[in-house]
Amino acid sequence: MKHDIVERKIGLMGVLIILVISIGGLVEIVPLFFSSQVRDPAPGIEPYSALELAGRDIYIREGCYGCHSQMIRPFRSETERYGHYSLAGESVYDRPFQFGSKRTGPDLARVGGRYADEWHRVHLMNPRDVVPESNMPSYPWLADHEVDPRATVKRMQALRTLGHPYSDEQIGTAEKDVTGKTELQALIAYLQGLGTNLQVRR
Amino acid sequence: MSSFWSWYIIILTVGSIIASVWLMSSNSKGSPGEVDTTGHKWDGDLQEYNNPLPRWWLYLFYVTVVFSVAYLILYPGLGSFAGTSKWSQVDQYNAQMSEAEAKYADFYARFRDMEIQAIAGDQAAMRAAGNIFGNNCAQCHGSDGRGAVGFPNLTDDNWQWGGSEDAILATLRNGRNGIMPAQAAVLGSDEAVEEVVAYVRSMSGLEAPADKAKAGQQRFAMVCAACHGPDGKGNPMLGAPNLTDDTWLYGSSPGDIRYTIANGRANQMPAQLDYLGEDRLRLMAAYVMSLSETAGD
Repeated sequence: MKHDIVERKIGLMGVLIILVISIGGLVEIVPLFFSSQVRDPAPGIEPYSALELAGRDIYIREGCYGCHSQMIRPFRSETERYGHYSLAGESVYDRPFQFGSKRTGPDLARVGGRYADEWHRVHLMNPRDVVPESNMPSYPWLADHEVDPRATVKRMQALRTLGHPYSDEQIGTAEKDVTGKTELQALIAYLQGLGTNLQVRR
Repeated sequence: MSSFWSWYIIILTVGSIIASVWLMSSNSKGSPGEVDTTGHKWDGDLQEYNNPLPRWWLYLFYVTVVFSVAYLILYPGLGSFAGTSKWSQVDQYNAQMSEAEAKYADFYARFRDMEIQAIAGDQAAMRAAGNIFGNNCAQCHGSDGRGAVGFPNLTDDNWQWGGSEDAILATLRNGRNGIMPAQAAVLGSDEAVEEVVAYVRSMSGLEAPADKAKAGQQRFAMVCAACHGPDGKGNPMLGAPNLTDDTWLYGSSPGDIRYTIANGRANQMPAQLDYLGEDRLRLMAAYVMSLSETAGD
C-alpha cells in the first residue's frame, strides 16, 4: 500500500496536508489579490474622513457587526429595502471589512442619509424612544466619552502605509477635526456616510 | 479576469478533482471478501485488518465528483468559462427586477393621473402604501404614524411644513431641514431664557409665572417673532411651529422648552424621492393625508 510511506514519514505527510488544504484558498482567494474589481475603489469611493474613521472604530468596538451586516445581496427583496446591491470596490477602504453575517438588525451598507442625525442620536441613546418594538441595546455612554484625537491620527498614518490615499493635509487637520467630538458624534458621522459615496445608488 | 488567472484556476480545480479520484480509486482495491492485515503486530498477537472502504461510502464519493463536474460545466466556476447554462448572478437579479416591474407597472400606472384625494380613497393603493410606510417611514414616525419626541405625529391635523397636497409632496420629495437656532447667547442670561420659557408656556395656556411671562413677551418679540410670528402662530414656510396650540414636538415641560430655546434643535426629514420614486411617492402623500383625516373621525 502506498499510504504506508505517507504514514511512516510524518514530515512528508505534513507537506501533503498543507498542499491539499491550501488548494481551496489558492483557487478562490489568491486570484482576487490581482483582480482590479476587488482592489480598485468603485467610482466615487473615498477613504473615510478622520471623524468617520473614529466612528468606525467605535462601531467595531461596540460589536455592531454582531447584529448588523453591511452587504446588500443582489436580490430584489434586499435592493427594494436597502438600495443598490453592494459592490466589491466599495469596501476597498474597509480594514477589516464589516460585511457581517448576522442580521438581527437591518443591513447598514447604505444607511447614510436615510435618517436624520437627531434620529441616530435618540436611537443610539435608547432605540425604543423611536422604535418601540426594537430589541437593540442602548449605547448611552457614547455621549459621555470623547474620541482620542491622537489615536485617530495614528490610525490614519497606519492606513496610509497600507495604501489608503490620505493627503498630508487630511492627516494634518485630523487631530483638529475630531478634537472635542464625542464617540456618539463620531459614530453618527460614520453611519451617515455609509453607502453615500457610490455614484450609482439605485 | 486575465487568461493567466483563468488557466490557473482551471488547472488547479480540474487537477485536484483528478487527483482525488486517483487517490480514492488507488486506495480502494480489493473486495470485501478478502481479509488482509496491515502487517503490524502489537503486544505479541494484536493485528489490524486492512478492509477496503465500504462500497456505499465510496460510491457516494464518486457521486460528489460527478456532481462537481456537472456543476462546473453548467455554471461559471472554471476561470473565465461562463458555463453552458449562461447563468449569472447579475442576470438573475435583472430578471427578478424586470419581472417585478412587469407585475407592478400597471398597478402604479393606474394612480399616475389620479388626484391625491382619490388615491387616498382607493383600498388597494392604501394597502400598498401601508407596507411602504412600514418599510420607510415607521422608523421615525412610528408604525401607527403617531411619531415620537422630535418626530412629528402624522395622525393629527397639525402640519409643521403645511398640510396641503403640494406641501406634503414637497416634504416627501425633497425632505425638510428643521433648524431652531440656539438662543442662549442671544438672550444673554439664564434669567432671560427663563422668561421666554414662561411666555412660550403662557401662549398655549400652560401654567407659567405671570411676571416672568410678561418680561418674556418683549424678548419674544425681538428674538423669536422673526420665525414664529409676532403672535407665535408659526410659519409653515420656515417650518417654525405654532406655539399657541397644544402640539409640542420636543415636549412642553419647562425643562424641555428651556433646552429647546437655549441649545436649539436640528432635525431633518430625509428626501424620499431617490428611495421611493415618483409613483410610490404619490401613494405615500395620499396615505399621509388619510392618516390625518381618519384621526379626526
